[in-house]
Amino acid sequence: MLNWLKNPASEAQITHGQRLWLYVFATIVMLLLVTPTLIVIPMSFSDSQYLEFPPETWSLRWYKTYFNSPEWMNATFTSLKAAFLTMLVATPVGVVAAYGLHTSRVAWVRIAFMLLITPMMVPVVLVAIGAFYVFVKLSLLYSLTGLVLAHSILALPLVVIVTGSALKSYDMNQELAARSLGAARWKAFVTVTLPQIRFAVVTAALLAFLTSFDEVVIAMFISGGDNPTLTRNMFNALRDQIDPTIAAISTIMIGVTTLMMVLAQVFGRGSGGK
Amino acid sequence: MAGVESNAEGLRRDGRLERLRLFGLSSPALLMVLVILVIPVGWLFYVSFIGADGQFSLENYERMFKRKSYARIFMTTFQVSLLTTGLCIAIGYPLAYFLSQLPNRLANLLMITVLLPFWTSLLVRTYAWLVLLQKKGLVNNWAISLGLWDEPIKIVHNMTGTLIGMVHIMLPFLILPVYNAMKAIDKDYLKAASNLGASPRTAFWTVFFPLSTPGLFAGALMVFVLCLGFFVTPAVLGGGKVIMVSMKIVSNIELFVNWGAASALGVVLLVITIVILWIASRFVNPAAMTGGGH
Repeated sequence: MLNWLKNPASEAQITHGQRLWLYVFATIVMLLLVTPTLIVIPMSFSDSQYLEFPPETWSLRWYKTYFNSPEWMNATFTSLKAAFLTMLVATPVGVVAAYGLHTSRVAWVRIAFMLLITPMMVPVVLVAIGAFYVFVKLSLLYSLTGLVLAHSILALPLVVIVTGSALKSYDMNQELAARSLGAARWKAFVTVTLPQIRFAVVTAALLAFLTSFDEVVIAMFISGGDNPTLTRNMFNALRDQIDPTIAAISTIMIGVTTLMMVLAQVFGRGSGGK
Repeated sequence: MAGVESNAEGLRRDGRLERLRLFGLSSPALLMVLVILVIPVGWLFYVSFIGADGQFSLENYERMFKRKSYARIFMTTFQVSLLTTGLCIAIGYPLAYFLSQLPNRLANLLMITVLLPFWTSLLVRTYAWLVLLQKKGLVNNWAISLGLWDEPIKIVHNMTGTLIGMVHIMLPFLILPVYNAMKAIDKDYLKAASNLGASPRTAFWTVFFPLSTPGLFAGALMVFVLCLGFFVTPAVLGGGKVIMVSMKIVSNIELFVNWGAASALGVVLLVITIVILWIASRFVNPAAMTGGGH
C-alpha cells in the first residue's frame, strides 16, 4: 500500500500519494451522484408517513396505495402508451430522415439538419406553450395523439443524431454493391444497411421511449382530462406535499430506466455511436 | 455528338432528381418539426408584439424593462445558471480528470455513476433531493447526529436546495464532454513536458489543461443554456422563492392567461439561448456539445 502511494500515477511523474486528495474527492462525488436517487428505493418500502432511512418497519403500503389508485394506474398506462407510440413514430421518421440527409447531397442538408435538431435547443417551456396553442386549434389538446406528436419532435433530434453518426461510420459502398446487383434502393437499405446500423437504431428507439416517459413540462400543458401522464400527476403532487406514494412510483421508474439501460447495453454493444 | 451531350445532361438530371428524392425522405420529420415547433414559436413571436387592445405594440417588452419584478426574475435566472455552471465545473472537472486517468475498463465501470443519474428521470431525482433535504430529512438528521449543526436547518424550498438539485442534474452534461476531450489528449505530450523538466503541476497547467478546454467550454455552455430554460427543479426545490424565466412564462399562462407577456418572455429567453449557442458554435465543434466526442 505504502509503496503504491509512491508509485508514479501518470506520465507527468506525479505519485499516487500526491494524488490522494483527487481519489478521495472523486469517490465522494461519485457517491453523491448515485446515492440520492438510489436511497429512495429502500425508503419507498417504509411503513411510515415520513419517509425514513433505514425504514423502522418495512411494508408495501405505498405500493398498495399506488396500485389500488385508479388515477395513478390510468396515468401510468397513459405514460406507457405515449412512450411506446412515441418510440414507434420517432424512430422510423428519424431513421429515414437521417438516411435521407446522409445520402442526399443537396445544398439544404445542413439547414434541414439544423431544423431537425432545434427541438433540442429551444427551451422546452416554449415547445410546450407552442404545442398547447396548435393543439387547441387542431382540437388535439389532452389527446394521446397530440402527446405522442409533441414528444416525437423532442425525440427526433436524438434519433437523427444517433442514427446519423452510425451512418457516418458505415461504408455506403456496400449498399451500392447491392443495388448494382439489382436490388431496389429501399430493398438494399432494408437488407444491407439497416442490419448494420441496427444497434444505433435500437439505442435511438430506447432513447425515444425514455424521452417521452420522463417528460414533464410539455405533459403539464397538453396532457390532462382522461389522459394525464404519470409525470404530470407526480409533478402536481410534489407541489402540494411530500407524498410517500411518489417514492414507490420513483422506484418503479428507476426500474424502468435501468431496464432500458441494460437493454441498450445488450443490444447497443458494438454500435459505433455513443 | 449532340446525342452524347444530351445523354450526359439526362444523367445529371436523373442524379439531381435522385438526390431530391432522397432529401424528400426527411420531409415527414421536417413537417412535424415545422407544424409542432416552428410555426407555433413563430406565432408566439407575433403575439409578443400584440398589446392588450389587439393592436401592434411593444408593451409586452416595455413591461419587462419597467417592472422591477421582471428584472429580478432575469437576475435570478442568470444567477442560478452561473452558479450552477461554476459549481459543475469545480466538481465535474476533477472527476472527469480522475476518470480519464484510469485504465479503460475501470473508467467505463465508474462511468456508470455518471450515466445512471443521467438516464434517471429528472422528476425522480428532484423528488429524491426534496426528500433528503427536508426539515426532518436524512441530511438534517445525519448532520445533527454528527454534530455539524444543532437544529434542523432549511436547506430546501430556497436557493440552496435549488442549487443542490440543479448541480446534481447538470453534472453529467459537463462531465461527458470534458471526459471525451481529456481522453483524446495524447499522453506523450505530458511525457515530453516532464522530460523537458516540467513539474507535474506545470505539465498539467501548461499542457493538459489547455488541451482540455474545448470540452470544458462545450460542457459549460451546454449546462448554462440548459439552466436558463430550466423549470422542474427550481419549481419544486425553490419553494416559490426562486422564480426563473420559464416559471414566469408558465404562471403567465396558467394563472393570468396572458399570452402576450408569456410570449415576450419566451422570445427573450429564446434569443439569449440562440445567441449563446451561436457564439459557442464559432468556438467549438457542435458534435462535442452533444457529447458525441471529438
